[in-house]
Amino acid sequence: MTARDLPDRPDLPGRPELPSRRRGRGWRAVPGWRPDRRRFRDHLVTIAWLVAVWSLLWGEFTLGNLLGGAVVAVVVLVFLPLPRVTFGGRLRPLALADLVVRFVFQLVVASVQVAWVAVRPGQPPRNAIIAVRLRVRSDLNLTLTAEVLSLVPGTLIVEADRETGTLYVHVLDVRSAEQLAQSRARILTLEARLVRAVGSDAELRLLSSTQPEPEGPT
Amino acid sequence: MSGVSGFDLLDVLVAGCLVTGGLLSLLAGIALVRFPDVLSRMHAATKPQVLGVLLILLALAVSLRDGADLATLVLIGGFQLATAPLTAQMIGRAAYRTGRVRSDLLVVDELADRNDGPEERPERRD
Repeated sequence: MTARDLPDRPDLPGRPELPSRRRGRGWRAVPGWRPDRRRFRDHLVTIAWLVAVWSLLWGEFTLGNLLGGAVVAVVVLVFLPLPRVTFGGRLRPLALADLVVRFVFQLVVASVQVAWVAVRPGQPPRNAIIAVRLRVRSDLNLTLTAEVLSLVPGTLIVEADRETGTLYVHVLDVRSAEQLAQSRARILTLEARLVRAVGSDAELRLLSSTQPEPEGPT
Repeated sequence: MSGVSGFDLLDVLVAGCLVTGGLLSLLAGIALVRFPDVLSRMHAATKPQVLGVLLILLALAVSLRDGADLATLVLIGGFQLATAPLTAQMIGRAAYRTGRVRSDLLVVDELADRNDGPEERPERRD
């Protein structure tokens, strides 16, 4: 990956939580949280989530399931450690509802679009791969944007560059240059919507300071 | 709850969801066959496929209406939404890196430019 070749850029805007390439250290994104307390909180959230999933898989919340789930969760955390993703933002219910409603709508549009491209007669679709640099470069934002992006019309992630916060997006059925510009604008709008729904205040400020949003606030 | 006609309406809803979900899955299958390369096919594997599964889950949720089953259905749906894009990305990335992409069908390829074009990199801000 070319991401490895890049020098460290701790001074980049948008990723205050990655001071060095050594992951899992120096998470100083939110003042007031000491790193070990954040780590404890993150682990607790992970365990709670795993216990919930375990109980749901069994279909009921019993004491046995809760205990079994806790054991499984601890085993997973100890033996399958993942890069830490911490949630430094806050939930904004209205923005989140807006995001979800639009997402469902767009998923339907996307499905119909792909289905139509699949059955329409004639030439195979022309495509493009575009690079879009996100304004908020936290891992969580990169992941969420990539996930949602792959489910909305026309776009699919091919490659993600963590160091620069760049997503390489495959666009299906491209017919004009304007269409590509629209796709770019849509991706940035999507990022803005996500940050508005779950981002921190600092990330929200970053959104308005770095680049003007192509489509305006939606 | 609301008499016989209410339940009939729900049955229609269930049937509609099942048929639409199945149809979308079928279309996703057709797309897999007809699309020219891996990256295009991944579009089919994410969007219509996921929506198809979600619709079938919705139909099941409406007809079962039981707490434990609902929880399982929600779990399945959530994992579908979370994992389908990931799978698509991993396969797409592997395909791209091993050159299994129809570049003649690509109008623009900014990923190919990445290696020669350092201008995409952010500037140091001191």
